[in-house]
Amino acid sequence: MRQFSYLRPTGISDAVAALAAEPTAQLLAGGTNLVDLMKYDVAQPSAVIDINGLPLKEIETLEDGAYRIGALTTNSQVAYDAGIARDVPLLSSAILAGASPQLRNAATSGGNLSQRTRCYYFYDPSTPCNKREPGSGCSAIGGVNRIHAILGASDACIATHPSDMCVALAALNATVEVTGPTGARTIPFLDFHRLPGDHPERDNTLQTGEIVTGIRVEGGRFAAHHSYLKLRDRLSYAFALVSVAAALDLDGDTILDARVALGGVAHKPWRDPLAEAELSGQPATRDTFEAFASRLLSGAKGQGHNDFKIPMAKKAIVRALMQAASGRPQVQSEKRVREGESL
Amino acid sequence: MTRQTRTGPLETADRVIGFPLSRIEGPLKVTGTAPYAAEHQSADMLHGFVALATIASGRIARIDTADAAAFPGVVKIYTHDNRPRTAWWDSAWKDEVALPGHPFRPLENDRVLFDGQPVAFVVANTFEAARDAAALIRITYEADQPKTSIEVESEKSYVPKEKRSGIAPPPSPRGNADEAFAAAPFKLSSNYTLEGEHHNPMELFATTVLYEGEGRLTIHDKTQGSQNSQGYVCGIFELKPENVRVFNTYVGGAFGSGLRPKHQLFLATMAALDLKQSVQLELSRREMFYLTWRPATVQTVKMAADDNGKLTAILHHAVQATSLYEDYQEVVVNWSGLLYRCDNVKLTYELAEMTVSTPGDMRAPGAATGVFALESAIDELSYQVGLDPLDMRVRNFVHVDQNQDLQLTSKALHACYRQGAERFGWEKRLHAPRSMHDGPDLVGWGMATGVWEAQLTEATARARLSADGSVTVSAAASDIGTGTMTILAQIGAEAFGVDAEHVTVRIGDSQLPKTSVEGGSWTAASTGSAVAAAATAVRQTLLDAAKDMDASPFGKDVTVEQTAIRDGRLVLEINDQVGVALTDILASKNLTFIEEEAKVAPDAQQAKKFVSYTHAAHFVEVMIDEELGVIRVTRVVTAVAAGRILNPKTARSQILGGVVMGIGMALHEEGMIDHRTGRIMNHNLAEYHVPAHADIHDIEVIFVEEHDDKASPIGVKGLGEIGIVGIAAAVANAIYHATGTRVRHLPITIDKVFYAKEAAE
Repeated sequence: MRQFSYLRPTGISDAVAALAAEPTAQLLAGGTNLVDLMKYDVAQPSAVIDINGLPLKEIETLEDGAYRIGALTTNSQVAYDAGIARDVPLLSSAILAGASPQLRNAATSGGNLSQRTRCYYFYDPSTPCNKREPGSGCSAIGGVNRIHAILGASDACIATHPSDMCVALAALNATVEVTGPTGARTIPFLDFHRLPGDHPERDNTLQTGEIVTGIRVEGGRFAAHHSYLKLRDRLSYAFALVSVAAALDLDGDTILDARVALGGVAHKPWRDPLAEAELSGQPATRDTFEAFASRLLSGAKGQGHNDFKIPMAKKAIVRALMQAASGRPQVQSEKRVREGESL
Repeated sequence: MTRQTRTGPLETADRVIGFPLSRIEGPLKVTGTAPYAAEHQSADMLHGFVALATIASGRIARIDTADAAAFPGVVKIYTHDNRPRTAWWDSAWKDEVALPGHPFRPLENDRVLFDGQPVAFVVANTFEAARDAAALIRITYEADQPKTSIEVESEKSYVPKEKRSGIAPPPSPRGNADEAFAAAPFKLSSNYTLEGEHHNPMELFATTVLYEGEGRLTIHDKTQGSQNSQGYVCGIFELKPENVRVFNTYVGGAFGSGLRPKHQLFLATMAALDLKQSVQLELSRREMFYLTWRPATVQTVKMAADDNGKLTAILHHAVQATSLYEDYQEVVVNWSGLLYRCDNVKLTYELAEMTVSTPGDMRAPGAATGVFALESAIDELSYQVGLDPLDMRVRNFVHVDQNQDLQLTSKALHACYRQGAERFGWEKRLHAPRSMHDGPDLVGWGMATGVWEAQLTEATARARLSADGSVTVSAAASDIGTGTMTILAQIGAEAFGVDAEHVTVRIGDSQLPKTSVEGGSWTAASTGSAVAAAATAVRQTLLDAAKDMDASPFGKDVTVEQTAIRDGRLVLEINDQVGVALTDILASKNLTFIEEEAKVAPDAQQAKKFVSYTHAAHFVEVMIDEELGVIRVTRVVTAVAAGRILNPKTARSQILGGVVMGIGMALHEEGMIDHRTGRIMNHNLAEYHVPAHADIHDIEVIFVEEHDDKASPIGVKGLGEIGIVGIAAAVANAIYHATGTRVRHLPITIDKVFYAKEAAE
């Protein structure tokens, strides 16, 4: 841990100005990730800008039935919000699949988007890591890589994004609201996180000085047919090896619209809109889902220890879609994985 | 949720032996008022932080501490270049339970022997300054090729030249195992692998050294033996034992990790003596991965049976990891010659030298590892023979120790099998793998036997009876979270006829009567017996004094066994109208209290004939989602035969903890090493998995009746380790029964049952 200066702005513009003025500063919200990273000497911010005083703690219902979730709402607040639980249950479920009650009480929505990878090497400053120290190399390639990416990785980085919440938000085509030195803008969720490419040090597409202020997510549409299924190395309190956020809009057993996002497999929540589009008009059957899963994983590449994630992801996709189609979503407090009755 | 079957003498209303008394220090612990080693303060305390090696093998070429030393608040930085001189001979560095080889000496020279080795020690006015400065130390290494793969290094295994004290080497072969194996109609040869497991008790290793003036220290250490720590620092720093007092009053879990002194004790003491100031050093969670660990092990079991399922040959070979500087050893293979009747047995045990820190004892060291292989193998063989796995074990029951040709002091394992199976509902089991279902889930029922040594070690204790009837019992013993304080209070209460709340227990202090380190499940039997003996001695003195009184109601022939203490009076057991008030007896001798000390030790004559073990039968149910591979351990019934149960509540907690740890061994725990660099990569509790609440379901503990008048004077055998031995095998056997897939490589992670084959394609 290094010494840092500490700022506590009370307005968004103050926070933006502080962040823009000091590019090596970092924002502190719930602190559940940043404080760890600072203790491990992975994060070395010159300044910590504590934004907990900003007025971003509300969940608003918008006229079109959508929700605007303030960046400083806690994970618990969102997961147990009556409106979200009713209208956006996929989001509630994904949040409850992650972390522990204590962490969810502290962690925020904006912070969830900005959390860093759990790659063992990223977390250990004594090892080369392009994400932590650009140009130093990727130790995970050829190293211990059980938890690493099978999709969208590069020669520079095979890290995964660890969030559960973001997987649901990706499936739901949420938008991220940000404010920066030049004003406010929105970023489609799928464009918020990025693949590592040659710049794995950049997790997302935020510009210098930009702060996430909120997340907008559509309500109602997939409430009847959704599921968040997470497979991991123990039955709770572990990051996903593979997770699936599945959402279906059905007419009888015919698919009108399908969304599938994968967690634990790539540098960002993974979606394939083209493959999803082809599901429209097809029957919601196991055969349909198996073909879709194979297509989604067709470009997957294992790194050795994580080769099992490829067949695992296929099976998880099928199960999550079966659960969604049958209207029997996985309940996170149930440790038995629901079957998803045949249609 | 867990349930409990109560056996034993619970009818007594007094909170004495047999009563399920809650931990007497429990309220202090749950309110945060029990001070642990790192929670003792003094006004001028300095704080330390350790910089760790980031290579696994090689040497330090250059170490630059200039920036760190200039950091505000830093008092001194120690490296191998400036470390104060200490004792030269290895003998001075050897603690009570040291191993063959050269004990690790922190900051001794420029060599790096293992990942995470302490290479610099920063002392500063605050913890934060020490930690921040440590991050500024720059070290250049010359790295050598690490050796950290047990699969690779086991090819160069060797028989340890010097045996570890207290660890029996494999017995000589009996019969002709190779011939019998070759001739048998049913046989298997299987390899079993255990990845390294790392201790992670709640309390981290920490030492507070209070500097009391020239050469005098009061030390609060996280250890399983205050006197071991005292001897260690006195040896190294040439201090007088009377000037060094070590406390370990409260220990937040240890499980064997604290048997040997750790480098924080050395470093904090070194700095306190050098700077003549109090020093506190608490290690980080990360450092737990570079200390005492359960060594990675590869094992081969060859086992054969005749047409009736009688074992005709057992060959068990194990190779375990050890460090470059010490030969750590466990009893891994001997259990295979002990647990079942077999006349053709060959057991071999070797070590593989690796660039790792020296492994150490971790709950049921050796047995947890070896019995996993043994109990997996006999399970495999039972399917070959076509026998129910429990029946297979019962058919091979043995009443003696064939390894040593000794009788057993007791072995109520039949009762464990019977009562455990009944409670579990084993008779409803369908034999064929993949034949039981619960909805879409596969159901597997597996079982395994557990065994551990019941040992008595030398122990001394003191008991004091005061005129007001209050009782104090004391011994240097440690309570590492097991309930030692509580059972000693109950033993004192029983002896003096008082409620346990009137008994003060003093332990965890090097000035108290000598005991060995707390480990091996021997403390209840050893220190418990010593307390009972000391109490008896007090009562003898009391009776003698009473007999001396004018008009004493006690005749010359009355023995101490014929007396009791009730309501503040020494009375005759058969007629409590006959007696004298304690106050009067003490007053007659002008005493305010009577205090006696007593010592117990193993009976050498008895040891020529008898040996003592605890036993357990574990029954495990798993439910597995066949498509996804998600494994749930839904039910465990563990029946334990461990002699007399002093406190059913703390006893049950010991077994529950062992079972949970065994489930972790089966499914979760694994140090992940990058063999290119020899470094452990999952060195935190986010990525080194132990069971979470969701992984643990119904655990039922049964204590079967087992009378044993030889294992220890108070009939106790010990419970700290038996709960884990065999659990990993029982889980693996249940997974086989559910799926038809035999996994012989722990931990059985989600990928190993269903995805391994597909991923390879």
